[in-house]
Amino acid sequence: MARAVTTQHKTIATAAAWVVALLIFFPILYTIITSFKSEQEAIQGFALIPSGTMESYAEVQAQSGYFKFFLNSVILSVGSTLLAILIAVPAAWSMAFSPTKRTKDVLMWMLSTKMMPAVAVLFPIYLIFRDTGLLDSRIGLTVMLMLINLPIVVWMLYTYFREIPGEILEAARMDGASLWNEIIYVLTPMAVPGIASTMLLNIILAWNEAFWTIRLTTTNAAPLTAFISSFSSPQGLFWAKLSAASTLAIAPILIMGWFSQKQLVRGLTFGAVK
Amino acid sequence: MKLRTLTLGLLSASALAFAAHAESITIATVNNGDMVRMQKLTDDFTKANPDIQLNWVTLEENVLRERVTTDIATKGGQYDVMTIGTYEVPIWAKQSWLLPLDKLGDDYDVKDIIPAIAGGLSVDGKLYAAPFYGESSFVMYRKDLMEKAGLKMPDAPTWDFIKQAADKMTDRANGVNGVCLRGKAGWGENMAFLTAMSNSFGARWFDENWKPQFDQPEWKKTLQFYVDLMKADGPEGASSNGFNENLALFQQGKCGMWIDATVAASFVSDPKASKVADKVGYALAPDNGLGKRGNWLWAWSLAIPAGTQKADAAEKFVSWATSKHYLELVASKEGWANVPPGTRSSLYANPEYQKAAPFAKMTLDSINAADPTHPTVKPVPYVGVQFVAIPEFQGLGTTVGQLFSAALAGQSSVDDALKQAQDAATAAMTEGGYIK
Repeated sequence: MARAVTTQHKTIATAAAWVVALLIFFPILYTIITSFKSEQEAIQGFALIPSGTMESYAEVQAQSGYFKFFLNSVILSVGSTLLAILIAVPAAWSMAFSPTKRTKDVLMWMLSTKMMPAVAVLFPIYLIFRDTGLLDSRIGLTVMLMLINLPIVVWMLYTYFREIPGEILEAARMDGASLWNEIIYVLTPMAVPGIASTMLLNIILAWNEAFWTIRLTTTNAAPLTAFISSFSSPQGLFWAKLSAASTLAIAPILIMGWFSQKQLVRGLTFGAVK
Repeated sequence: MKLRTLTLGLLSASALAFAAHAESITIATVNNGDMVRMQKLTDDFTKANPDIQLNWVTLEENVLRERVTTDIATKGGQYDVMTIGTYEVPIWAKQSWLLPLDKLGDDYDVKDIIPAIAGGLSVDGKLYAAPFYGESSFVMYRKDLMEKAGLKMPDAPTWDFIKQAADKMTDRANGVNGVCLRGKAGWGENMAFLTAMSNSFGARWFDENWKPQFDQPEWKKTLQFYVDLMKADGPEGASSNGFNENLALFQQGKCGMWIDATVAASFVSDPKASKVADKVGYALAPDNGLGKRGNWLWAWSLAIPAGTQKADAAEKFVSWATSKHYLELVASKEGWANVPPGTRSSLYANPEYQKAAPFAKMTLDSINAADPTHPTVKPVPYVGVQFVAIPEFQGLGTTVGQLFSAALAGQSSVDDALKQAQDAATAAMTEGGYIK
């Protein structure tokens, strides 16, 4: 009897998980479906079966070159992630292994910077970028994206590092390892799953960032977010074209996420159970 | 060997010199059919000007407005040519943010620009932006449904006629709404329509001393008429309908009449996109016999920010894109029906254009019926037909738009919406220092 209930519970839980997953994925699925419709079909109302036309993709490609934007997205997301990791690993190390009275406050303060709406600092940032000649430059935007995501990266790495027994690091020190050797040869290999999932999440966050990437770029550094934005139109029909542009923009990150989902989930739940 | 090295060196040096000489200008624009077409035709410009390279930044209208405003206010210098509307031009020109266009060339023929449009883009007699395409608003109606209702649309209908026709055409059982109008909140959405409509009811945003006028009977009449008309004959959920939503409804045969931008005529009469392409008639926007019609005036125009380092190249481009030659170029490649409308008088005198665009005459008449410098029945201190050309209007217009949209949705009464609008406008005007 007990076993039957368990099976029943399992079935319900599985069904519920599927429903929730479908609910979450549905907007993306419908975007993909709409991208294979003609503009008239797209606006005619809800329909799950498209006519399968590729005209929106052809138009999107003809109107603006996808590859240039794609390349910028890759450079910005990977570049900002590497930079963030480089800064966050030592920061998280110090907070995890030699905490002070104020460590928790520092962590909270870092996170609090994420609580302010980005638009509140648009003008100061814009002026700094203008005066330093960083407007529409990949370097400027890489630094910007790194700064935006740094609090999250530090937080995640801090939680992973806390799971690593301090004794191992002490042992390394006893053996004469310098600080950098300790971080590079002892800590990092042990935290690889954590660092990998942090990097993956950060790449996704940087890839999808659409406030600064649209406002601080014009042509040279514009990534895929700017590419999507250019297909929204004040007059005339554009749903199918916008969907095609969105599908093209999210496809690389979706595929990357798909292949690395095990790593991502393992990393995200790492340290969740004590 | 030495000779080869020398030749190579010389060649690369000259290539470098050429590259250094080639100027690249960055153009910010919106995504619509006419602008996309221009991007495809730029070969014609670069062939004639090989030393100028063009970079395009296409953005959604609201993002574009925010981006170019940020850039121009901080003198960021990211853009050399900006696509802006008749709302921005007078405000920005007064701030000295734009360069006057006085070197458009000998064969440009500035006098050919339709006077109403040129008036909206000039300050103190100087042109600060060149119109790329212009539009007004008018009535698009279904000739078949009008006939079925036993009515005939006059060329210049009154609001009473529109109400009568809408009542008769509405057939909700068959999904036909007598009239479709904008309801989505926004200064450029429902307030563009309602402000233009209010002009024909004798209303105005402000009196000569910048005192808000929403507590006056003219506004009450305007809003009550609009809400009653839409409740009786409008589509369901009209408070979230903007231009694109109404376009889709009309193209699918779900609207008897639609009062909106003249540029919509080419979409509703396109047999590839519209089910009712061969049944559409056009008439001037309605009035109440007070001397002003409920139509607006808008022109997407090309302007040069004062912060640019490449003013000469930018002006060359603006001159090319808004010239008579450009209209002929589009006509030769894509047909006269696809020529950007509403900017030059000569286009409307062209018999080939008249043949290709049956709505041409009505478009020109509508544009000519709008006067941005004297938009209302009673005198006002501002410029603009469907907007008030002051910096505060974007925020205030959208706030009032939300109040009126709520009244349309039945979330508040007409009286409440007007009272709140009056309060919001009074607060904004006091804060802005217009009234004490």
